[in-house]
Amino acid sequence: MDSTISTGAEEESVWGGGNQPLGASYGKLMMWFFIVSDALTFSGFLASYGFSRFKFIETWPIADEVFTHVPFIHGNFPMYYVAFMTFILIMSSVTMVLAVDAGHRMMKNRVILYMFLTIIGGAIFVGSQAWEWATFIKGDYGALETKGGRILQFVKADTGERAALADFAEQIETERVTQQKNVGIWYSDETSLPSYSLEEVTQGFLTNPNILIRTETINEEGEKTLLTREESLAKIKDASLVVEGANLVRNEYGSRLFADFFFFITGFHGFHVFSGVVINVIIFFNIILGTYERRGHYEMVEKVGLYWHFVDLVWVFVFTFFYLV
Amino acid sequence: MSHEHKLAIFRGTLKFKSNTQKIWGVLIFLSIVTTVEVALGITKPEILVANTFIGMKLLNWIFIILTLVKAYYIAWDFMHLRDEKSSLRRAIVWTPIFLVSYLIFILLFEADYIYNVFKDGYIQWNF
Repeated sequence: MDSTISTGAEEESVWGGGNQPLGASYGKLMMWFFIVSDALTFSGFLASYGFSRFKFIETWPIADEVFTHVPFIHGNFPMYYVAFMTFILIMSSVTMVLAVDAGHRMMKNRVILYMFLTIIGGAIFVGSQAWEWATFIKGDYGALETKGGRILQFVKADTGERAALADFAEQIETERVTQQKNVGIWYSDETSLPSYSLEEVTQGFLTNPNILIRTETINEEGEKTLLTREESLAKIKDASLVVEGANLVRNEYGSRLFADFFFFITGFHGFHVFSGVVINVIIFFNIILGTYERRGHYEMVEKVGLYWHFVDLVWVFVFTFFYLV
Repeated sequence: MSHEHKLAIFRGTLKFKSNTQKIWGVLIFLSIVTTVEVALGITKPEILVANTFIGMKLLNWIFIILTLVKAYYIAWDFMHLRDEKSSLRRAIVWTPIFLVSYLIFILLFEADYIYNVFKDGYIQWNF
């Protein structure tokens, strides 16, 4: 550490500026201030997620059952892809530190290489998140919503696997079509109709004894409660809507707040990663142009590095509280 | 500006020869921690799920502690907090820790209260 002994010259510059009691330059200090305030924003989001979750602790969706997909591969792989995304982000954090380290030693070409790898890592992460969103919005099994706004999912009784609506719903000819703006009154339209109507699902459920209903409630083993056939038959009378996929109003995975927080928190984080990539690209071109070589130091790389690591740090928490816990 | 790096982690038990080496060392450590987290998340060992500590499953405690460990090494080694003056480090670290602990305490207690109102009060919401 720099000396704590004050010399006469330092004392003079206390009022004249140029004194650095924290041993960090103005730009770096401001970046840290920003990071602390941004950390508090994210903490606010995650704490309110915790609030909603503790409020509905017995009915909250289980993340393992929601995020089970890996691109290009079919099957049930809980967590694998998110773990991969986490690893990519940590990896790009490492290339960032290596860039900062090379910058300290004024090795321009190395800084260029490591910054490039960091940008690639960030791009892969943002792309993965977009894919994750698309999968989440599309949904996979489909569910019914009750009059109280709770979600009923379906399970095959013999195998214990989840049943998609397409597996058992019956085709019934109806006149019902999506309301378009150009017909009817007051120019009102509606979002596209689900692939099956409530009638078709209910009818298919009644004729197919192999299908059971799973409610949102988590039992003592930490799993969703599976109703017996009799209970299921009674429960399906409460259904009022077919839900496929997720949006801000309702989602097929369970509690409505779950999808809202998913979109909000991962969206806000994804926006941070995106802006981080943009800033990295700007700095990348500045390095190539030799701006920092002329300036004599690569502190700018260190400053964007701090932001980039912060984005990684936030993801570590989002990963834990959204996917693991 | 001086660029001296402290090259020891784990309270000095593991020393590295250069800053680059330390970075790779920290990466390996973080990867191991993440792998352990994911492995526990997938297998969900019976003993960790069945037992609780202060109302939370042991498994979740492990996740949270490992997360804080990861956060420590990201901040200390990747963000160079280890090399900063202790006054700067304390200003950055303790401010959020204090505010966030308070926020979590308030919100989770309130949420638990609402949970009990929904459960025992005369409110019908799960139908």
